[in-house]
Amino acid sequence: MAQPSPEIASRVEEIIADHAALEGPLLPILHAVQAAFGHIPRDALPVIADKLNLSRAEVHGVMSFYHDFREDKAGRHVLKLCRAEACQAMGADRVAAHARGKLGIEWHQTTQDGAVTLEPVFCLGLCACGPAAMVDGRVVGRVDEARVDELLAEVR
Amino acid sequence: MKIYVPRDAAARALGADAVADAVQAEAKTRGVDITLVRNGSRGMIWLEPLVEVETDAGRIAFGPVAASDVAALFDAKFGKHPLVLGQTEDLPWMKGQTRLTFARVGVIDPLDLDDYEAHGGLTGLRRALDMSGDQIVAEVTESGLRGRGGAGFPTGIKWRTVAGAQATQKYIVCNADEGDSATFADRMLMEGDPFTLIEGMAIAGIATGATRGYVYLRSEYPDAIEVMGAALKIARDRGLLGDSVLGSGKAFDMWVRVGAGAYVCGEETSLLNSLEGKRGVVRAKPPLPALEGFLGKPTVVNNVISLATVPVILEKGAAFYKDFGHGRSRGTIPLQIAGNVKYGGLYECAFGLTLGQIVDEIGGGTATGRPVKAVQVGGPLGAYFPRDLFDTPFGYEEFAGKDGLVGHAGLTVFDDSADMLALARFAMEFCAIESCGKCTPCRIGAVRGVETLDRIAAGDGAGIPLLTDLCHTMKLGSLCALGGFTPYPVMSALTHFPDEFTGRQKEAAE
Repeated sequence: MAQPSPEIASRVEEIIADHAALEGPLLPILHAVQAAFGHIPRDALPVIADKLNLSRAEVHGVMSFYHDFREDKAGRHVLKLCRAEACQAMGADRVAAHARGKLGIEWHQTTQDGAVTLEPVFCLGLCACGPAAMVDGRVVGRVDEARVDELLAEVR
Repeated sequence: MKIYVPRDAAARALGADAVADAVQAEAKTRGVDITLVRNGSRGMIWLEPLVEVETDAGRIAFGPVAASDVAALFDAKFGKHPLVLGQTEDLPWMKGQTRLTFARVGVIDPLDLDDYEAHGGLTGLRRALDMSGDQIVAEVTESGLRGRGGAGFPTGIKWRTVAGAQATQKYIVCNADEGDSATFADRMLMEGDPFTLIEGMAIAGIATGATRGYVYLRSEYPDAIEVMGAALKIARDRGLLGDSVLGSGKAFDMWVRVGAGAYVCGEETSLLNSLEGKRGVVRAKPPLPALEGFLGKPTVVNNVISLATVPVILEKGAAFYKDFGHGRSRGTIPLQIAGNVKYGGLYECAFGLTLGQIVDEIGGGTATGRPVKAVQVGGPLGAYFPRDLFDTPFGYEEFAGKDGLVGHAGLTVFDDSADMLALARFAMEFCAIESCGKCTPCRIGAVRGVETLDRIAAGDGAGIPLLTDLCHTMKLGSLCALGGFTPYPVMSALTHFPDEFTGRQKEAAE
């Protein structure tokens, strides 16, 4: 078994130490690791498992259960489009089809130039001003095809 | 001059930050002395960004305001302007409401504890600190408050179980994993009046002997996470939380934990597993979380709105709260009117309005102007109600009696272009994506449900009895509401709009 990369291991160890006092620290640790690296590096898992006295399978099991945690880096920008019912009622399916066509990718994929990752999201709590979107953490309401084009033009 | 521009995520999604920047810049250029308050939203989402100005005659509202309107508003000295709506409190949407839980949302600066107190905040907690735990639990029980997350379980009964349990540590866990489409009351409350939730949790802790609390807050709500985090810091600095709550000698402290995008974590046992750092897999009950919850300790798990309603009950008394409502649904409910609706937003009122009053009168029908075809009540696990059932009064038992549910009181309006079979298929698809995998009816059933609906869509009528049977199995055999309630949208679509399922046979045969 190859040793984890020392740079990753030392940063992950710092993160774990910062969260050591928490009750149920694994999710906060995974969030912090993703914030630090943009994804959860494979090499982080054995370090976390060792420090929390869990098996690597358990840590991998937790990481892979949650939609938020990525095994690979996202594009430079992440566009999330809400697929839930209230947004559907305002045409979210049509808007999503437009975005997929415009970007030439499907859900969860990243454009070839690495600029944009497209993710579905089930509810941003913006159900009275749908269709809703989130661009790099910024919320946007009443998104139609033209607004998608504007948002993509802003980030590309 | 005091100017209010909401910081609520819905207002921000419609450009409130740009409006706030423009207000600051314009005031500076003109040398006008202003105080800009980033308040919560009043709930009139179709008017956001809703800008208010404080005057001797009360607050005057303008909306929806774009950044490009700001200069003209200053030119008009926030008087006569095409966007003026009048006194906020006199707007029909506001006047028709009974705002108890949301009394301060949109009114105060969410992060100003003095403003909070000036508007009745902390009165309930102070009263609770003079009472015994049993007295507090009795007051909450007497109020008739039921779990606003959807299950409708009496809050006081849950608290009594935790209060009576013997343990070295007990917990209050707030379920802020508001994943249901058409629901945003939790988000608006946390962004617009976070101290109310903190006060409610502190009262719950003091009533049950729990000294630690967690808000499990979904990651899709970055604004709420930020506001709650800031409010907790203020609450701790000001002695509202800590070893001696408001100097009472009683301890309670609490923290925010961020979810990670799993819908099923809104189910209380799955939430507890997630909070413990595990996969968000549902636990079998018993044991009840009230006896063996977080880390195996007695735990109150309540929704944001349930907990945030406790302060007003303690402030004004159980009898006051109980006086509102209908049947066994006591008090008020923050309706969240969403989807294809003309006037969408949050409307808090006593239980008992009919679905038709809510959708047609308050919501004003569809945004597209086309006829309302169906309303999904209670999120993705709620039933689709056709116009024929618009006389159903809003209440837990009343909706259950029509094979539906109130849920978290979200209503998604659809116009006549809605494809009910596609919506039924979406319900199964969503369940398949979000199933935790623990029980077979949900894990396998949802996948088979999608396949069966595809068969029906292709004209295979033999799929309909199969779908009905599958829904029956999922409803009775699933461990939690995800698999157990997915049949509600599916079966209601099939029951109330049968032609859209059988009609496919004719189309395919022709």
